Order: sequence, then C-alpha cells, then structure tokens
Amino acid sequence: MTQAVEGQQRAPLLSLRGINKSFGAVHVLRDVDFDVRPGEVTALVGDNGAGKSTLIKCIAGIHPFDDGEILFEGQPVTIHGPKDANALGIEIVYQDLALCDNLDVVHNMFLGRELHSGITLNETEMEKRAGDTLKSLSVRTLRSLRQNVSSLSGGQRQTVAIARAVLWNSKLVILDEPTAALGVAQTEQVLNLVRRLADNGLGVVLITHNMNDVMQVADSIATLFLGQMAAQVRAKDVNNTQVIELITAGRSGDIGLKPREAAEAGVA
Amino acid sequence: MTVAPPMSVADAPSQGAGRRLKAFNLVLELRAFIALIVIIVVFGLMSDAYLTWDNLVTMTKHVAINAILAIGMLMVILTGGIDLSVGSIVGLAGIVAGVLLEGLTIGGSVLYLPVWGVILCALAVGTGVGAVNGALVTRFNVAPFIATLGTLYMARGVALLISGGETYPNLGGSPALGNTGFDVLGTGKLAGIPVSIWLMVAFGIAAVFLTRRTPFGRWVYALGGNARAAELSGVPVRRVTMRVYMISGLCAAMAGLIIASELTSAAPQAGETFELNAIAAVVIGGASLSGGRGAVRGALIGAFVIGFLADGLVILGVSTFWQIVIKGAVIVLAVILDQSQQKIQRRGAAIAAAAATERPAAARA
Ligand SMILES: Nc1ncnc2c1ncn2[C@@H]1O[C@H](COP(=O)(O)OP(=O)(O)OP(=O)(O)O)[C@@H](O)[C@H]1O
Ligand SMILES: [Mg+2]
Repeated sequence: MTQAVEGQQRAPLLSLRGINKSFGAVHVLRDVDFDVRPGEVTALVGDNGAGKSTLIKCIAGIHPFDDGEILFEGQPVTIHGPKDANALGIEIVYQDLALCDNLDVVHNMFLGRELHSGITLNETEMEKRAGDTLKSLSVRTLRSLRQNVSSLSGGQRQTVAIARAVLWNSKLVILDEPTAALGVAQTEQVLNLVRRLADNGLGVVLITHNMNDVMQVADSIATLFLGQMAAQVRAKDVNNTQVIELITAGRSGDIGLKPREAAEAGVA
Repeated sequence: MTVAPPMSVADAPSQGAGRRLKAFNLVLELRAFIALIVIIVVFGLMSDAYLTWDNLVTMTKHVAINAILAIGMLMVILTGGIDLSVGSIVGLAGIVAGVLLEGLTIGGSVLYLPVWGVILCALAVGTGVGAVNGALVTRFNVAPFIATLGTLYMARGVALLISGGETYPNLGGSPALGNTGFDVLGTGKLAGIPVSIWLMVAFGIAAVFLTRRTPFGRWVYALGGNARAAELSGVPVRRVTMRVYMISGLCAAMAGLIIASELTSAAPQAGETFELNAIAAVVIGGASLSGGRGAVRGALIGAFVIGFLADGLVILGVSTFWQIVIKGAVIVLAVILDQSQQKIQRRGAAIAAAAATERPAAARA
C-alpha cells in the first residue's frame, strides 16, 4: 500500500472551492470545499439527500453549479459535460452504473468512444485492450468478454463499470455507491479493486453508506451534512463513531461545523 | 477471448438442463427461418406452381418492397422508436417522381429532369420527411408514435394535394425529352434478376454493415438498450436518433420509387398500411419493440415469411379474408414465441450469474 505519510501528501489532483448549487429554491450544496489527492481513496460520505450525487454530477458537468471553482491539477477548469470531464481524465461510475444490458462487455467498456479503423469498428483491438485492462486490475471473475452485460452478476457489472473508467488512462475515478447492491464476497472484490486503483496512483473518490467500506479502504474522509462539507479528515485521525457523528449531526467534538452552523443547516 | 480459463461452473445435473435449454433456445432463435422453410415446403407440396423459378422470383420481387421498408423500420425500432409514416412516404415519393417526370412548369417553360435526378429528388423528399420525424422526436420531445402518426397524415395529405387526388399515369418518360428509363427500377433485370431484388440485396448489405461494423450501429443498439447510459457515455443521442428516422424515410422513398416504376404510374394512395407490414416483418424477425434487440437478417427473413405466406395463400386460392386472419395469427404467434425465448434466456443468464458468484466465495473459503 502507498499510504501517504503525513506531511508528504501529494498536491491535490482535484480541488473544489466554494461550490454552491440550488435546484430552484432548494439549496443543495453550500460553499463546498473538497480535495482529492492522487494515490488515495477519498471517501465521500453523508446521509441520504446530503448532496453526494449532486456534487459528483457538478464535477461531471451534468449539473452546472451556481458558484465556486474547480481546480484540476492546480488549474481552474470548466466542465460542460461528460466529454469534458473525460478529456481531463475524470471518469465516473454512476450510482445506477449506466451500462447497456443488451451490449457485451467490450462494447460497454468502449461505448461512446469506440476504436475504429476507417469507418469500421476495430473489434480485435477493443477486445485486446479491454482484456488487458481487466487483467491489470486482476479481475478473474469474467468468463467471456463477449457475453452480454445482462448475464452478469451485480459484482461483475460493477467490475465492468469500474474497468471502463480506468480504460482511458484516467487520473481520477469517482464511484457512486459501488457496493450498495452487493453481497459480502462481491463487496470485498470491489473494495480490493478500489484500493488497487489508488495504489496504481489514481485519485479515487468512493461514495458509500457503509462504514466498514470507509474504514477498510479510505485514506481521507469527507463528510457532507445537509449540503455543507462538515469536515474532510485523514482516515487514521478519526474513528467509526466520530464519522457517524459527523454524518448525522455535522460535528463531532471539535471537528466539523460550529454548533451554530450545524443548527442553521438543520433548519434550512 | 477468455480472461481466465473456463472453470467447471455448474454441477452435472444443471449442466444437462442447460444443454437442453440451449438446444431449445437455438430452435426458438431460428424460428423465423424455420417458419420460412415450413412455408416453402408446405406450399411447394400443395401447389406445383409455387416452387418454380419464375414464381420464386415474382414472390421475391413482392418481398423486396416490404424488406426495404423493414430495414429502415428496424433501425428505428432498435433505438426504441417506431416509424408509422413510411407508408405515406411510399405514396409521396411516387408522386414526387410523377410530378418531376411529367415536367415542372416554372414560369412559362417546362423543366424536365433526367431520371437519375428525379430519383435523387424523390429519395431526398423521403429522407426529408424522416428528418422531420427525427426533429419532432429529438427537438420537441414528441413520442415517436405520435410524431410519426402526425407525419403519416401530413405526408399523405401533401401527396394528395400535389396530385389533386389523381394518378400520374405516364412515368415512362419520352425519348424526345431524354427522360426515359424510370421503369428500370421496377421492371428491369440485371443478370436475369429483377433490379428491385438487387436493390433489396444492396440495402440489406449496407444495413448489415452499418449495424454490425460501425460505431453508429453500436450506438443504435445502445440507445434502445439504455438511452440514459448511452448519453452519459458520450453517445450523440440526438444525432443518432435523427439519422435512424432519416434512414427509414430514405428506405420508404426507395420502396415508393420501385412501386411507381413497376406500374409506370404513381397514385397518391400508394403504400397505405405498408408501415404495418414493415413492423410485422421486424417483429417476426425477432426484434423487440422496446428497442435494443433485433437484426437486419431477422427483419429480412420476416419480410420473406410474410410475402411467401401471402403469395402462397393467393396461389392456393384461399379467400382474402382468411389471408388477413392468417397473417394476424402469424404475427401473434411470433410474439408469443419471442416472449418464451426471452424467458429462457433470462433463466440461462440467472444460472450463469449464480455460478459466477458462487465461485469467488468458494475460492475464499
Ligand atoms: N435534479 C434534481 N432536481 C431537484 N432536486 C434534486 C435533483 N437532484 C437532487 N435533488 C435534491 O438534492 C438533494 C441531494 O440529492 P443527492 O442525490 O445529491 O443526495 P445523495 O447524497 O446522493 O443521497 P443518496 O445517499 O440517497 O444517494 C436531495 O434533497 C434531492 O432531492
Ligand atoms: Mg446518491
């Protein structure tokens, strides 16, 4: 493991500064700051409706945000849609996976970015690269790259979605609740995969409701509380109880929102 | 290719069941083809005229028109849409050809286009109606059923307006004007085979290439499978949708030209209810109306099933009323078989998925 030593942390890959986002009258994100470092798993936690999915959709350019700034590798960037995010090296695995059941593994991994020679698809090259990527992630649970995604189990589908995200020499992979629908064994597989991505030097954002997942793989933990970033802390500096307090109350001891802020967020 | 060596997945009894399932699945998958063979054999036994070369060519000529329509319809259906306007485009394309071949009066003089120019104009009009369909669906978010129902009426209305309800009787052209030869599409032959059959083959090959070998083809399937996923993956959803309706319009115009050429006359009513035949061919060929599943090969076989069945019934002298009933029954049967095939495939997938999840768990133990 390449657990970053305190004081030797690498510069953030992605930094959000003061992000605000409203849907009509609903103020979903308030002045959110968020950092992701390369080689680390950053867990993004928070209760249902805290704004986690909205935050990553802002990063993906699916929702334009009202106010704030995104820095990628230190440079301010504007992202107008998934294509822009991809071009920067940001890949997102959405909560509902966004796979096409009627296409096979290779076609799903290359969907929208098919390799072609002339006007025809380059099936051999796509199959080779898909296979190489899965191998590099030590994925051994897929029997054939040419089976339809509909015939895969939940964990295998998640694996395909993650492999698609790392296929493009991406620098940052964001996973929205990748273990939500999985059993024990498959969760273990996916978490191992997540850890390996970070160990390969990628920045990884892991959204999850599962404290075991967080404690097992995260280097850094960011807690959203009703649209505010309650705290972003090193995983080794906090324990399970503190994280749960941050999620449910926005503060724990002297970390998190000030009592007044937390109360205000509560009534808003 | 395999990522890992295939492992002995399922235990012995379920393997036997799996094999039986697979065989049954194959029969179901080939059902349209089997149906076609059965039709040929049965009618061949019942009538000496049925299996003659001349009759086969004549029947295939009839099939060609519906097959070309079905190819365009399939593209639309694969994206999860539907195109009800193709029958009206058939009529409109014929009328456009009729008008242009009789000569366009501009100012005081009459303009005669060469035949290839006439054909291109008619194809462009069909593609244009398809573009209207595409725009209604992508820009104005009208449901495909409603959008193309609207253009079904509009295209037919325009065809009637242009022609005043009359048939253009003389599409043969005149040698003096140098615009003869339009009848080649419907009555000409190349290497002993009617041109319209060659056209079906050409459209078929182009469609197979497009759907199986190009990124566009992948996107068509992706749209029908999961449109939101396709969009998030960067598939140009609007452009692809636009294109499939334009392709369908183009195919319909081609069919309209073949019909007008065959008769060397163009009636504004030509092609009424042809959209239903095209949809039937696509469905008999195993495509799902909800999109994402189907193949050009299937749609073509579906068109042959409908055409060979209809002509066989005519040869046997079965009453037209019974012909209609039988056609309907075949369509219903096709969908029922399709449903049971889906069920079997889902069961197979469930077995495979269960086997795949058991393995890592066992490996950990
Ligand atoms: N498109 C939208 N229009 C209006 N409100 C929205 C929209 N998307 C999200 N919201 C609101 O924003 C808030 C945050 O939602 P979000 O999906 O980001 O939560 P989350 O933290 O991902 O929750 P979960 O853990 O349940 O996935 C919720 O109150 C939700 O109702
Ligand atoms: Mg969410």
